[in-house]
Amino acid sequence: MSEDILTVEDLAVSYGRVQAVRGVSFTVPRGALVTLVGANGAGKTSIINAVSGVVRPSSGRVTFQGKDVTRTPAHKLVRQGLVQVPEGRQILASLTIEENLQLGGWHTSGGRTEEVYDRFPVLRERRRLLAGSLSGGEQQMLAIGRALVAEPSLMLLDEPSMGLAPKVVDEVFRVIQEIRAAGTSVLLVEQNARRALRAADHGYVLASGEVARSGPGAELLADDAIVAAYLGLETG
Amino acid sequence: MQQLLNGVFLGSIYALFAIGFTLVFGILDRLNLAHPAVFAAAAFIGIELVTLGGVSIWLAIPLVAGIGALLGLVIERVAFRPLRGRPDAHFAGLISSIGLAGMIIALLLWRYGPDTRRFPADAFPATTFEVAGARVTLLQVAILAISILLMVGLTWLVARTRLGRAMRAVAENPRAATVLGIDVDRVTATTFALSSALGAVAGALFAMNVNSAQLGMGAAIELKGLAVIIVGGMGSLPGALVGGLLLGLAEVFAVQYIGSSWRDLVAFGMLFLLLVVRPQGLFGSRRVREV
Repeated sequence: MSEDILTVEDLAVSYGRVQAVRGVSFTVPRGALVTLVGANGAGKTSIINAVSGVVRPSSGRVTFQGKDVTRTPAHKLVRQGLVQVPEGRQILASLTIEENLQLGGWHTSGGRTEEVYDRFPVLRERRRLLAGSLSGGEQQMLAIGRALVAEPSLMLLDEPSMGLAPKVVDEVFRVIQEIRAAGTSVLLVEQNARRALRAADHGYVLASGEVARSGPGAELLADDAIVAAYLGLETG
Repeated sequence: MQQLLNGVFLGSIYALFAIGFTLVFGILDRLNLAHPAVFAAAAFIGIELVTLGGVSIWLAIPLVAGIGALLGLVIERVAFRPLRGRPDAHFAGLISSIGLAGMIIALLLWRYGPDTRRFPADAFPATTFEVAGARVTLLQVAILAISILLMVGLTWLVARTRLGRAMRAVAENPRAATVLGIDVDRVTATTFALSSALGAVAGALFAMNVNSAQLGMGAAIELKGLAVIIVGGMGSLPGALVGGLLLGLAEVFAVQYIGSSWRDLVAFGMLFLLLVVRPQGLFGSRRVREV
């Protein structure tokens, strides 16, 4: 168990009387890439937000690096190494690219900024420009870069391929693999299920706020019944 | 020349007041209508520090700034934080801050009574200068210097420091700021403290400039402050500076050349005209605010 960087037990999230997540459990082993896939409204983003402390779960337990962090606010979790790349990128458009990266390093020395520039040279070229001037793909790179500056031990990515051209999606997945190869554990939430399952060590298929199936990514993909029932509408 | 200088001195106080006002508005998108009450409270507290405490006016200014900062924390905690989760948080905060302003004024009335208060006659330095034929007191020079220093300092803080970056991040997208590890509550409270400290210094300087403090002084400057931030461009710090100076000059010249009863008509009329020509304000962007 100590080899798991993140353990989520029986997590439930409600908004008023609407229950978005009903008792979901999963684990992320240290160094692994785990994905949660499922259609819109399956509760994926709610899970990410509850794990990262942005919303309060109504019940359940989140353990990160052996510590119960169920009620820990988001800004403290970032300091402990749990960093989210939010859905829709959420870059700060009215700040410069450099300022966005500096904010990512709010709790660190920001020493990783150069590393991020090396990985994404386009960001270095435009460091003095407003982040809002970047294209969608570049904004996603900035959002990932900003999270990297925070020196995460676990990175949560919420729909990183959303709204991007296929070529850019390839690049996003390449970057995710690199991050994982460099030792950071990754929890990836995706609607693009085929893509995500192909990349992941382990996958969980969500439906209506519950885990419908789980298993190694390749195995889930190979199971025609799962693909038909839960992922049938996906265009991978 | 004398009138020009008087207008600049008065305008710099307006600007200082408006900058505190617009700081909270521009960053947190909240209109803090307890800000004028802080302005009035600081004037009375400043006079009491000098009169009873025997503190020099130079020391009274930083003390008043500190008290203002504390008041700002109280305002944020009492009038704004409990309401932040409401869908109508803007409007609810506006109303609760009016309520809190009423309470602050009532406390001032209880402690200081309804009469106008003044600094002791010997509190001000007697030094005066001649500038191009006009007479300027050391106090006036100090008012201008302090105002400019605080405004430059604040602009630098917002543009260049870690805290300033966090403030702008919270202004644009509080959710994104949280995800980046920024403690939004703390940045919000700090913004209120800074804003109120500036409002308090403005109040103390205003009381020194006219050597009087009245319970109604907050209400009198409230509309001017709002006008200045609208004319300057909502949330724009340089806009508040230029708008404040314009208003001060307009008032002084209106009194001098038209008559004191025309002061507000001319001053507000001019600001109104400016808005007709430039609806987004002097430094405002054309961006339509999303609701």
